[in-house]
Amino acid sequence: MYVLVAGGGKVGSNVARSLLEMGHEVTLIEQRPDRFARLEEEFGPVVMRGDATEISVLERAGLARPPELVLAVTGDDEDNLVISQIAKEGYGVRKAIARVNNPRNQQHFDLLGITQTVCATTNILGLVEHEMPEHGLVRLLELQKEGLVIAEVQIEGGSPAAGKRAGGLGIPSGSRLISVWRQGRTELVEPSTVLRPGDQVLAVVPATATADLRRALLGAPAK
Amino acid sequence: MRGVVIGCGRVGSAVAKELAADGWDVTVVDENEDALARLGAGWLGGFVVGHGMDTRVLESAGIADADVAVVSTDGDNTNVVIGQVLQKRYEVGTVVARVLDPARAKFYADRGLPTVCPTQTAVSALLETARKASRQRSAAS
Repeated sequence: MYVLVAGGGKVGSNVARSLLEMGHEVTLIEQRPDRFARLEEEFGPVVMRGDATEISVLERAGLARPPELVLAVTGDDEDNLVISQIAKEGYGVRKAIARVNNPRNQQHFDLLGITQTVCATTNILGLVEHEMPEHGLVRLLELQKEGLVIAEVQIEGGSPAAGKRAGGLGIPSGSRLISVWRQGRTELVEPSTVLRPGDQVLAVVPATATADLRRALLGAPAK
Repeated sequence: MRGVVIGCGRVGSAVAKELAADGWDVTVVDENEDALARLGAGWLGGFVVGHGMDTRVLESAGIADADVAVVSTDGDNTNVVIGQVLQKRYEVGTVVARVLDPARAKFYADRGLPTVCPTQTAVSALLETARKASRQRSAAS
């Protein structure tokens, strides 16, 4: 597979090294002269010097082939967004993964259609929340390999989700409400299902997003 | 009319002052507090210190009610990202972003974000001057 890695910092250089060890073809783009010189010593012709948000630089790196995968992992969120947009919208790259440095910028990636993102801060926070008891959300099963949790949430009278349709709740991406248990019966959740106080909702949710799911259904936790 | 200008450098500050002189209600956003000086001592419009990527900053600048937004920070990528956020999230009717790199300016203009490219403008003007001189010379000979 051909992978274009934009940004040769800690993330980009380590990912590039691993991909090369796995036998993939890699081009690594780095703009800063000092960093480029160090990378060139290790990677030789794999590393290219230039601004990875410049279309001519991306083309010289083979963006038009196109690569099977583009990794936009610079330390600048705007740059990562632009690299991903040029790759996907301009050159038909099927898969682009972008690094989000500031979690506040996540919403901009979502808005602009860059759906595959990685944010170290959010991931670490997710792990921290994992270690803390979460009122109102019970983890029934953890699927470690898949990174998913099956959880149960009880809707209360004051919950933001009460009285709302399941389709419009803004639950975290990658999560699904599976079923509700109400009045002794289980119903599968459709987008049109209206949640009611007393419902016990079964959901599948990425392990890093359980707190977001709880917030979407039950609101901010009491301090 | 309500305008928001993001990035108070030479370009942004001049645009803001002209619009305010036209009677617009203008708010300027810049990361650097000192940029306020570029608007002159008599600046009566709004000024918000903060980054244009920050939605709280945009909202306190009144972006939700803006008719026109001009994005002219010193970063091309920052400008195209903010420009798209203003179009898609805040549905600002007229958005224009300053992009120095002609290729990126065209890429985003083709995708529905109006861009102004000072580099392309300068290239065209310089070429026009050079070609005019050449035409005059061949006409004279």
